Amino acid sequence: MTDAAQTTLPEAAPKARSQWLDVWAQFRTHKGAVFGLGFLIFITLFAAIGPWLWTVDPGKLDIRNKDVRPIYQILFDANAKVSWSHPMGTDNLGRDIMANIMQGGRISLAVGWTAMILAVFIGTLVGVLAGYFRKADGLLMRFTDLVLALPLLPLLLVMMLLFRDPLRATFGPEEGIFILIVVGIGITSWMQTARIVRGDVMALKEREFVLAARSIGTPSRRIITRHLLPNVLSPIMVSATLGLATAIITESALSFLGLGFPSDFPTWGKILFDSVDRMTAFPERVIWPGLAISLTVLAVNYIGDGLRDALDPKIRGL
Amino acid sequence: MLIYTFRRLLISIPTLLFIAFVIFMLLELAPGDPMSQMPLTIPPEVKERMREALGLGEPWYVRFPLWLNQFFIVEPQYWIDQTFGTNFADGKQRIISFQSRSPVFDTIAQRLPQTLWVVGMSYVVGVLIALPIGIISAYRQYSVFDQAGTFVSMIGFSVPPFFSGVLLIVIFSVQLGWLPSIYDTTLVVNSWDTFKQQLMQMVMPVMVLALQTTAQVSRYMRASMLDNLSQDYVRTARAKGMSESTVVLKHVLRNSMIPVVTVIALGIPSIFGGAIITEQIFKVNGLGQLLILALQGSDIPMVMTITFLLAVLIVLMNLIADVLYGILDPRIRYD
Repeated sequence: MTDAAQTTLPEAAPKARSQWLDVWAQFRTHKGAVFGLGFLIFITLFAAIGPWLWTVDPGKLDIRNKDVRPIYQILFDANAKVSWSHPMGTDNLGRDIMANIMQGGRISLAVGWTAMILAVFIGTLVGVLAGYFRKADGLLMRFTDLVLALPLLPLLLVMMLLFRDPLRATFGPEEGIFILIVVGIGITSWMQTARIVRGDVMALKEREFVLAARSIGTPSRRIITRHLLPNVLSPIMVSATLGLATAIITESALSFLGLGFPSDFPTWGKILFDSVDRMTAFPERVIWPGLAISLTVLAVNYIGDGLRDALDPKIRGL
Repeated sequence: MLIYTFRRLLISIPTLLFIAFVIFMLLELAPGDPMSQMPLTIPPEVKERMREALGLGEPWYVRFPLWLNQFFIVEPQYWIDQTFGTNFADGKQRIISFQSRSPVFDTIAQRLPQTLWVVGMSYVVGVLIALPIGIISAYRQYSVFDQAGTFVSMIGFSVPPFFSGVLLIVIFSVQLGWLPSIYDTTLVVNSWDTFKQQLMQMVMPVMVLALQTTAQVSRYMRASMLDNLSQDYVRTARAKGMSESTVVLKHVLRNSMIPVVTVIALGIPSIFGGAIITEQIFKVNGLGQLLILALQGSDIPMVMTITFLLAVLIVLMNLIADVLYGILDPRIRYD
């Protein structure tokens, strides 16, 4: 996150210690956040590069090698069916679980990131417009309150069910569901960002530097992009981490309720959902994807915590 | 305050109407068809008559007011009739489920107790666990207990209910065999044994939902206590020689509860949303499961009614939270 932010602020670093180096130094003092960042990088690499190193096809059926237990099972039970060619075991159709977790991670993380970016984009747009233009404020914030009063999970389920088939027909089974889930999560989770950004923009636009910018004739568009957005970047980044966490959980919840991706298309939530029926005999099949989801979300939450501490100048230096 | 409450009630009417309209139009504009589950052998003209029988023949601007009329006028009339034995409703058309062909509200009334029992219990348990955690965490800030509390609430935020629930089943039902994994709703509590059985089957769903509540409420409680502990009046109270327990549990706690009470009120709707997933895991036949079944069967009246009831709950709880805030904290004035 910090790296991405560094690239967005090119003019910030002629001095030896730039603002973002400061933030990074502060971020590093938060142990949980550093662990979180480490785990997020690890799981991203695991999902992104993993399939090149572990070249087993996640969809390949291998009935002879079905129901292979994970490798550590040999410690408890000498007769357990294990094999080094399937370190995490296989499912009831002989598909390799490690390959599935990698593939599922790709999709879960991709959905999480895209939905989060969409939500943050909408939230920032609404927040900046409402905070900067007084005329738009009443209308936009009333709208935000209305959306907040909607029961979001049931509506998301309704959207999944009703728009699934047409989108699948237009964009193909995978892309259609991907678009649907990303848009669905995006348009139901921008409200908090919008409220935070609006509040900050309203406070910022009364400050002298904005007045100075306006008095030399800077147009509103430039004031927003040049003076306001960089200053509200920290709350946006913090709410982006929270958004990533909720997006991953929401996608898994939809898959878990059977309304997410189609069944031959693994995501973490989907693998978990498919394994629930056999969890008495094969608890590890539930635990692997569940751990992947929980640890990723935990990591992202800790990063958010660390970022909040690092970016808040009131806490900095304590 | 009374005027404020009244004004808020008035504002919530257009809000609710708008929400009803959004849900209705979403169901209306969606390309999904309630007849898509029917066999393909049914000839098109019969299908058309079936659609009309379901009340789908009219355009939306006719059906939406009809639905509003049914929801806000006819159904309460039936409810009053049932309670007081009057006859206001006079055989008017009720909201009928596509799937079961019985009135939607009768099915909801059958399912509501299970959900309320599990959800309500978990919320009470969650809040009761969260408050002491929050208080002790704030009083002993940065202690081992505080660190542990922060960690537990982080886990509560991060572990989704469909994993914590499944994990509990694997540990307590499969490995240890202590608790039943399926919630038996036909159980009638009439003796000590059945009471114990009821208690056993409620432990896991309640714990899964309570973890989420605890995570949230304990954080707010801690933050609010911390705000108050550094205030001048606390120093004054201590300087007067009051005992530490009086200072913390009377002065500070009462002031810190103000924002927490509103958070507790605001959290009630989201716990119902969480119940959708929890009910699916533990096979509780409550409202959440009803909603999922209705969704899968394209039962539009049922989906519409349940979703709208949840929206009513959200709007109502927002209102209650705001009014409570004003009542509890005399510094807040809304006029």
